[in-house]
Amino acid sequence: MKKFTTFDGLVAPLDRANVDTDAIIPKQFLKSIKRSGFGPNLFDEWRYLDVGEPDADNSGRPLNKDFVLNQARYQGASVLLARDNFGCGSSREHAPWALEDYGFKVIIAPSFADIFFNNCFKNGLLPIVLDEAIVDDFFKAAQASEGYQLAVNLEKQTIATPDGKKMSFEVDAFRKHCLINGLDDIGLTLQHVEEIKAYETDRAKQAPWLFA
Amino acid sequence: MAARTLYDKLWDAHVVREDDNGTVLLYIDRQLVHEVTSPQAFEGLRLADRKPWRAGANVATADHNVPTTGLDKGITDPVAKLQVETLGDNCREFGIQEFAMGDIRQGVVHVMGPEQGATLPGMTVVCGDSHTSTHGAFGALAHGIGTSEVEHVMATQCLIQKKSKNMRVEVTGNLTQGATAKDVVLAIIGKIGTAGGTGYAIEFTGDVIRSLSVEGRMTVCNMAIEAGARSGMIAVDDKTIEYFKGRPFSPKGELWNKAAEAWKELHSDDGAVFDCVVTLDGSTIEPQVTWGTSPEMVVSVDQSVPDPAKETDPIKQEGMKKALVYMGLEANTPITDIKIDKAFIGSCTNSRIEDLRAAAEIAKGRKVASNVMLALIVPGSGLVKAQAEKEGLDKIFIEAGFEWREPGCSMCLAMNADRLESGERCASTSNRNFEGRQGNGGRTHLVSPAMAAAAAIAGHFININALKAL
Ligand code: SF4
Repeated sequence: MKKFTTFDGLVAPLDRANVDTDAIIPKQFLKSIKRSGFGPNLFDEWRYLDVGEPDADNSGRPLNKDFVLNQARYQGASVLLARDNFGCGSSREHAPWALEDYGFKVIIAPSFADIFFNNCFKNGLLPIVLDEAIVDDFFKAAQASEGYQLAVNLEKQTIATPDGKKMSFEVDAFRKHCLINGLDDIGLTLQHVEEIKAYETDRAKQAPWLFA
Repeated sequence: MAARTLYDKLWDAHVVREDDNGTVLLYIDRQLVHEVTSPQAFEGLRLADRKPWRAGANVATADHNVPTTGLDKGITDPVAKLQVETLGDNCREFGIQEFAMGDIRQGVVHVMGPEQGATLPGMTVVCGDSHTSTHGAFGALAHGIGTSEVEHVMATQCLIQKKSKNMRVEVTGNLTQGATAKDVVLAIIGKIGTAGGTGYAIEFTGDVIRSLSVEGRMTVCNMAIEAGARSGMIAVDDKTIEYFKGRPFSPKGELWNKAAEAWKELHSDDGAVFDCVVTLDGSTIEPQVTWGTSPEMVVSVDQSVPDPAKETDPIKQEGMKKALVYMGLEANTPITDIKIDKAFIGSCTNSRIEDLRAAAEIAKGRKVASNVMLALIVPGSGLVKAQAEKEGLDKIFIEAGFEWREPGCSMCLAMNADRLESGERCASTSNRNFEGRQGNGGRTHLVSPAMAAAAAIAGHFININALKAL
């Protein structure tokens, strides 16, 4: 996993609540056995006027000009601004894979769906929960001024606006540690092999049917 | 010891270690595996040269991509075919038991697991699928995970977790209006919203929940995730224990007695504290129909499509307007005036034998309306299908004009050929009515099996009580 520290990112505002994983990456792309290359099909049904297919060339497809990510001013965006309950729906990790592959590093919303939130961290994406009012201000600012950027500092847990305002955000200490150091969860857990074995031995005495 | 909730008990029994910041390594007893969310996990194991920690703790089946007709021809879509074959190859390579296409035990992963006794009370159960919450119906702690976590569980038999808060949803009284388990859970979601359970583990309690069959309880827990909760659960009682007697993976002999004894403890203690309690009166719940593109957009069948103009929250109002446009509906239209093009009875929410019996009861001696071009019955597993055929349900359905199919996820998410075309409207027993869920531009109304069958017969939504009276 890539290390995550600080960066300045162009903000793209996706002004809808309850954006679900089907919208983030439609189900036909779940047929893939790969974990990369989903970026061109991020928000496929909103982004294109035709229906996308896995492993197809997307370059010649008709674009939906009204969709925010198709507007020239948001090209190269790496901060996605979203509304409540972003990422609801299925547990598919293809959703964070697609967001990450497209180039997003941070998603800011007033709330996220649990499984999606969790999946983000495992794929080098930082989901940030901020007060509805702050998110709303970001929406207004991003829509009003072209090239609106936010500076995200994970180490210090701050976001700075172009006009010099700074606000802090919460992030789980363990998740932060893993993101900053690009650590793999499995490797971390396998440091506790003896404890897992001890648990199993103990548990097999109490509930032997689970190990039959 | 202080009084604990069911969730507390399940959690405590599975903690391997706890860090200072509250992050827990939680032991996982059972992982269910399917073709869509596992290939990248197996690939990860291979790349890191890791082996499954306990291969026997995993059970696999193919469900999302399998065709529901012409099984002899195999899968015609090459991308889907590769994914299903990859599951088989991976299971062989890593020594994991798989119920592959053509095996009578194959089926939707959340139907197959309990049917085999592969998920049991008191277990922690995970699967790379959000509807894993289904298995909470037996007093298990069950939730969906992403592919990285699938790999993590395979490699370590553990998950890195933080504890959720406790929520109790109590449904009191009796169901008196012809409502079923599906209507109960839709009514709950209508009340608390699709984010109402976010951050919580929900325990469903109350007389109505007690009175439901084990299969009905699975329907309720299945949709806990639609209320935002990763896991929903119901305390163990005699019905639960009875359900697992004699299943292939269930404990046998002396072990069975021991297990059954232990399972009786799987309920919240008197006086256990919940962070949030929600109560519904079961006697007021009528058959439900969703009208929009989120499961919380739901009303009783005898009501009308709500009017966004009456919504005061501007974001909600905007969401309602968008939903109405997508659904091709006008505000204030009576639900019973809405005509359907297709009906789908299936999915991990409602494809078990009791669901099929409920639908067959409505279909018996009646005919699918001429405006309904496809009414699909997709059993949850090969075993459900065989049981239904033994009871003659297939004949009732075929006689009435329904199609009788092979098990799989089918039109629940339309990864195979079963789907809605753009603009088509469907009465569906599945769990999600999101835009495009059942096919690009398709319009989904979530209902119970009896209500879906009734809509197929009438050609439009109808209160089952009214249909029965005809
Ligand atoms: S039936 Fe539908 S909800 Fe259930 S596992 Fe299959 S696709 Fe998911």
